[in-house]
Amino acid sequence: MSAAPALAETIAAPAPRKRGRLLLPVLLFCLLALAPLAVSLGMPAGWLALLTRAMIFAIAALSLDLILGVGGLVSFGHAAFLGIGAYVTGIMITEGQAEALVILPVLLGICALFAAVTGAICLRTRGVTFIMITLAFGQMVYFLAQALSAYGGDDGLTLYEKSTIAGLDLFSTRTGFFYCVLAALAGCYVLVRILVASRFGRILRASRENPVRVSVTGFDVTRIRLVAYVISGMIAGIAGFFLANHTDFVSPAFMSWQRSGELIFMTVLGGVGSLHGAIIGAIAYLIAEDALSHLTEHWRVIFGPLIVLFVLFTRGGIVGMLRRTGGGRDA
Amino acid sequence: MTTGLLLVQILNGLQFGILLFLVAAGLTLVFGVMDFINLAHGVQYMLGAYLAVTFVSLTGSFVLGLVLALAAALVFGLALEFLVFRHLYERDHLDQVLATFGLILLLNQGVKIIWGAAPLSVPVPEFLSGNVALIDGILYPTYRFALIGAGLAVGLLLWFVVDRTRTGMLLRAGASNAPMVSALGVDIRKLFMIVFAFGTMLAGFAGAMAAPILSVEPGMGDTVLILAFVVIVIGGIGSIRGAFVAALIVGLVDTLGRSFMNDLLRLFMSAPSARATGAALSSMLIYLLMAVVLFLRPEGLLPSRGRT
Repeated sequence: MSAAPALAETIAAPAPRKRGRLLLPVLLFCLLALAPLAVSLGMPAGWLALLTRAMIFAIAALSLDLILGVGGLVSFGHAAFLGIGAYVTGIMITEGQAEALVILPVLLGICALFAAVTGAICLRTRGVTFIMITLAFGQMVYFLAQALSAYGGDDGLTLYEKSTIAGLDLFSTRTGFFYCVLAALAGCYVLVRILVASRFGRILRASRENPVRVSVTGFDVTRIRLVAYVISGMIAGIAGFFLANHTDFVSPAFMSWQRSGELIFMTVLGGVGSLHGAIIGAIAYLIAEDALSHLTEHWRVIFGPLIVLFVLFTRGGIVGMLRRTGGGRDA
Repeated sequence: MTTGLLLVQILNGLQFGILLFLVAAGLTLVFGVMDFINLAHGVQYMLGAYLAVTFVSLTGSFVLGLVLALAAALVFGLALEFLVFRHLYERDHLDQVLATFGLILLLNQGVKIIWGAAPLSVPVPEFLSGNVALIDGILYPTYRFALIGAGLAVGLLLWFVVDRTRTGMLLRAGASNAPMVSALGVDIRKLFMIVFAFGTMLAGFAGAMAAPILSVEPGMGDTVLILAFVVIVIGGIGSIRGAFVAALIVGLVDTLGRSFMNDLLRLFMSAPSARATGAALSSMLIYLLMAVVLFLRPEGLLPSRGRT
């Protein structure tokens, strides 16, 4: 069996360093950092807002890639964390607490708690059942938000204030907010990257390839997956924090199941498991959505078949295509 | 809370449960036999309803419209199978989820373009438009009784086909071990197509039957799809008996929860907070139920035999 040595290697040794592994992500972040410059050189200002939004979803897609791409767990309820993050932010701002240094710990705590409780139940199942249970929990949070009549209920909650960071009003200018989101994205990316390269990440990846072997080797697969699930949920919560500050509005639609589907598509579009693929996928998705919705109000009629064709005819997403055209064959 | 009201709500719950069963039965079959996760199943339910709207108004007869709608739903389902699903059977669940998600976007929007975004309705057929008197002089619409009856009849038929015919035997064998069935010389592709056609018909039938009592609108399939997921997870994937039991439980719990949660909470809460909590709790009730069931029995209530 060819899988056997591969599995042992996955856990035992860090992935061999390959030149060019860092090239794409570094290039990506440099390009993003220069985007405000492009706007000052004449790109339409709406681009910056679009790119900011794309980076916020990139944080969420990145967090999904940790469990979906690395851990092999297809969560169809990931928008719930995005929504919880947005709602905690929205509710705290409405209640007069706009300081990010207060909001974020509360938000991370709530997301971690929700992830731990639901994850413990979801991870008792596998495969299709896991997909459906995460979906159902996502819907549960969606209906909970709809029933929050004190905070807008079905109509959503408009925010009249943005968060501050340590008292500094960094979010009020477009460029300031852009760089804050970029910094958060870069921070999350580095964190997840370190996590994936660690022993923990290698066990997680091995458990995707062959959970039985990993558990026989003496690791508690469910516990490792649960930890990954919790971390992933917390990072998605951070994306929710920025989303609330970006739109100045929070609504149950943030966590509809379609949104979870979109997050999966972003991750797959970029290429699962590569982390920067999720970022590229999210940006590509939002730009495509924006372009198509300018074209026609029925853009979904075009977008739906595009997704189907993409699934049927491509492998490895955008990152995979770049790699193939680059000539390299490393996985 | 009077007995009459309770009775009406129980009947409503049953009727909702039957509808869920019709959708969930097709979904669980497709899952169980083909290991295929079809998110577009809810859209097929929606399409059944829309086709019923068109054909009933075209022919002027509910029965004829229903038959035509079913035939059209079947043709459409087979076309989808041929164009898309067939190429996804061998793929992993992620690809299946994504491709069928794309179909949902397409079809929800497509329906909006063809029939408009405004909710439509189908008139209740003349011969079923009356009411039936329950106890205390409370009236209950005949059509809803007919719906419950039709659902039970379909359930019975389904049981007969699956449990007593050769095709049904192959289905059950396929649900337990599809590669083995294929190795024994059964044309698994043909079996898949039969299963799929059957599931599509059931979903279309549910949609068409629901059309006179629900508003027919884009996205109506999405809600049902997720509830059907809850049903088959609770019932045990691939198990039709499980889907039946779970659909009735979910239908009853959801309906009774929505109507009596307030009163129940009022016993130990103030009225406004009972209303707020009741609204939140009753819409989350079935998901909580699912969580509890899964916590106790990860395989569902009545897992299909032979699956591990």
